[in-house]
Amino acid sequence: MSVQINPQIVLVFAAIIFFIGLVGVLVRKNIIIVLMCIELMLNAVNLTFISFSRILNHLGGQVSVFFIITVAAAESAVGLGLVIALFRTLRSVDTDSIELLKG
Amino acid sequence: MEISPLFFYLFAGIAIAFSLFVVFSKSPISSAFSLIVVFFCFAAIYALLEAHLIAALQILVYAGAIMVLFIFVIMLLGADKEVLDFKKSSVFLKCSAVLFCGIGVCGFAWVLFHSPILIGTGPHSLEKIKMVGGNTRAISELLFSEYVLPFELTSILLLVGIVGCVVLVKRKSL
Repeated sequence: MSVQINPQIVLVFAAIIFFIGLVGVLVRKNIIIVLMCIELMLNAVNLTFISFSRILNHLGGQVSVFFIITVAAAESAVGLGLVIALFRTLRSVDTDSIELLKG
Repeated sequence: MEISPLFFYLFAGIAIAFSLFVVFSKSPISSAFSLIVVFFCFAAIYALLEAHLIAALQILVYAGAIMVLFIFVIMLLGADKEVLDFKKSSVFLKCSAVLFCGIGVCGFAWVLFHSPILIGTGPHSLEKIKMVGGNTRAISELLFSEYVLPFELTSILLLVGIVGCVVLVKRKSL
């Protein structure tokens, strides 16, 4: 079976997911959902890496995805630690309530 | 690329639908669970693109570890109240965000479809990977030879992450 699919379609799909995540980061106010949208954007970037690794026949893209997954795990752990610290201080997860630097 | 269009469009459609649900759902819990569905669809697409190790890692690390962490924090904070918080942001911000992202997608698509067609010239063609002994073996050989320094640096990064989490959560106030 040799059904071809255009590589550009996979890349456009990754771009769509990335921009859906970007809309979430810009529009939502719940900081946990903002973090989840960042994970969505990271996944879209991973998909771009993997499809380029397949298009160009080079495994470096998949090795980069391995490192990105590690960094994403560390980032979400530290981010959720920050969310817990914020919730202790402000009793809220709303991004609008983070105004400690306002005079 | 020789991947099955039926499965690709199926998983891509599910992923787009559920990622829209992640962004626009009322409760954080349901958006976390739909994010898990998105991660599984991505794992399926990675498997279609012959990236078997990454597909397994996607399910283990993202759908397993990271999402458990997210759901744990949502339940710990009791933050699963149903609020349509994106209604609070101004109409101008919402419209400009959606418009900007639409323009971004169209720009990406235009650039991708008008750039010269890429030809695979790298050293790891599918036949060569099969000859070496599979995707996982090829990646691990690369990881422990060419990319060994970044690999060791990620272990330092994980250590810093662990220490940072403990310090952040143990402090009494911000």
